[in-house]
Amino acid sequence: MFEWLQLTVPPAPAMFAQLLVGLINGAFYAMLSLGLAVIFGLLNIINFTHGAQYMLGAFCAWFLLNALGLGYWPALILAPIIVGALGIAIERLLLRHIYGLDHLYGLLLTFGLALIIEGVFRQQFGSSGQPYAIPSELQSGRNLGFMFLPNYRAWVIVASLVLCLATWFTIERTRLGAYLRAATENPVLVQAFGINVPRMITLTYGAGVGLAALAGVMAAPIYQVSPLMGSNIIITVFAVVVIGGMGSILGAIVSGFALGLVEGLTKVFYPEASSTVIFVIMALVLLVKPAGFFGRAA
Amino acid sequence: MAGSGGWDRVLTAVLIALALAAPFILYPVFVMEALCFALFACAFNLLIGYVGLLSFGHAAFFGSAAYITAHTVKVWGLSPELGILVGAGVAALLGTVFGWLAIRRQGIYFAMITLALAQMVYFVALQARFTGGEDGIQAVPRGKLLGIVDLNHTLTMYYFVLAIFLIGFAIIVRTVHSPFGQVIKAIRENEPRAVSLGYDADRYKLLAFILSAGLSGLAGSLKSLVFQLASLTDVQWTMSGEVVLMTLVGGLGTVLGPVVGAFLLTAMQHYLAQLGSWVTVVQGVIFVFCVLVFRRGVVGAIAPYAAGGRSPSGISSGAAATRAKPAEARTAAAPRAP
Repeated sequence: MFEWLQLTVPPAPAMFAQLLVGLINGAFYAMLSLGLAVIFGLLNIINFTHGAQYMLGAFCAWFLLNALGLGYWPALILAPIIVGALGIAIERLLLRHIYGLDHLYGLLLTFGLALIIEGVFRQQFGSSGQPYAIPSELQSGRNLGFMFLPNYRAWVIVASLVLCLATWFTIERTRLGAYLRAATENPVLVQAFGINVPRMITLTYGAGVGLAALAGVMAAPIYQVSPLMGSNIIITVFAVVVIGGMGSILGAIVSGFALGLVEGLTKVFYPEASSTVIFVIMALVLLVKPAGFFGRAA
Repeated sequence: MAGSGGWDRVLTAVLIALALAAPFILYPVFVMEALCFALFACAFNLLIGYVGLLSFGHAAFFGSAAYITAHTVKVWGLSPELGILVGAGVAALLGTVFGWLAIRRQGIYFAMITLALAQMVYFVALQARFTGGEDGIQAVPRGKLLGIVDLNHTLTMYYFVLAIFLIGFAIIVRTVHSPFGQVIKAIRENEPRAVSLGYDADRYKLLAFILSAGLSGLAGSLKSLVFQLASLTDVQWTMSGEVVLMTLVGGLGTVLGPVVGAFLLTAMQHYLAQLGSWVTVVQGVIFVFCVLVFRRGVVGAIAPYAAGGRSPSGISSGAAATRAKPAEARTAAAPRAP
């Protein structure tokens, strides 16, 4: 009964606060689906471990702080490198052996890896989260008149936007990106031109994983650092990927932010549906446009 | 099992004798649990093994049927057989909707869509009032079968579970060897060709999906009566992963593989139960191991030797084809396709 009251008059500050939360969630959806799209483009593998690697990034920051005393800013650089290196090891030792097989084996293998990583951390830390403080430089916030904007959240939105656009620029506008796109279309031909495609695949996987870890570090002060944070978000990101289609980088970014906002709006108007709204949208998109908004026709 | 060779009849007789004697040798509740999961895995295998569709959301059917049966039996006071029928029916209905949506895409997308739709069911189960949230529906009465047979007796319950399992298993074996089964295998091998021969591929896929969902529901309903409990574990994505693993370990596209896989993994969970989250780690390791070096699964690896000199039955030829490649690659909706 009470929700009808809220449905008609959402108080403005509450609404903006939820929109901000939605935008933040959207930033993480965008960064993660971007990494998935980059990896899928070259490896043809849906990286189910992506969520676990996002969680690893957050835990890496937590370890750096608690074991070595290195704060947020060094972690922002170190964690993606460490987790990215781990990703490179995974690619060389495991993924490399299944490229010739059906795509589904890639999904199953990375799912198994996700179970291993998550199980180890759950054994160590249980299901509860570890707190990670907001860096002192960004601790306060500013009053925008209509709402209070914490500095850290503003930083996350701006940083993720910059990161997304930089990735888009690298892939669509640089020579390296041109090689990458060419290898996506026809790896044999690109190799014939003297480009080391296997190494490029390894580095791409490492970069995609690093991107997930970077998102994890950025998420650490907002959500708690928990072993379950990865599997909670990855399924939603899969839905985002289905809605956007994996054909385009820009598509992944736009649909990530847009769906985060939609989720935030749903929290204002009909909170019960906020956890399912993205899946409902996915179902609707499948009815109208099965290939996704930005995907090439199936 | 339904092959023509004499060996198959002997094997069937031995297995049924073992199943009848099992509660006197092993812990009956364990065997019942394994049988429920075996039925679940067989139903799942119908899709991955014979249509070549990897569903990562089968927990939705298993879990929703468990909840529906638990609720109808406990709150509405339905008899167990009706409760199971209603549960399996709801799962089949859900399968109709999910299948109708998911078969619009293939390969990896199909897996992601089913996973996402199942996650939606999970959230509904988490929030809906009748499911009891984190507690689930507990103390579900087993009741009296047809109003006469008291299922509270463990042995009676066991033979009831065995009977339902055998019915479900027979439906699957019959389906696989029917003309319908031949068509879905043809679609798995080469969808454009099957379409060009005049088969409505989407309709066949949808029918297989509904059948698979309904039988998964049957397994879930049965499970809720065995343990007298329906909980969030039944609808969570980990359950979807477990059924994939059981089928993979036993052998994709083999008739007996999922049964073997279900028994192996259920046994493993019982032995490792004290180890907490390490069970998840072990499951992950088995996943990685199977994908890298053991893609045929237990039954898939044994079958060629066991078959010996006799001509391969429909089962093993189907299995051989699946082992080679579950078919989506050719038709997958990969955006890189020109």
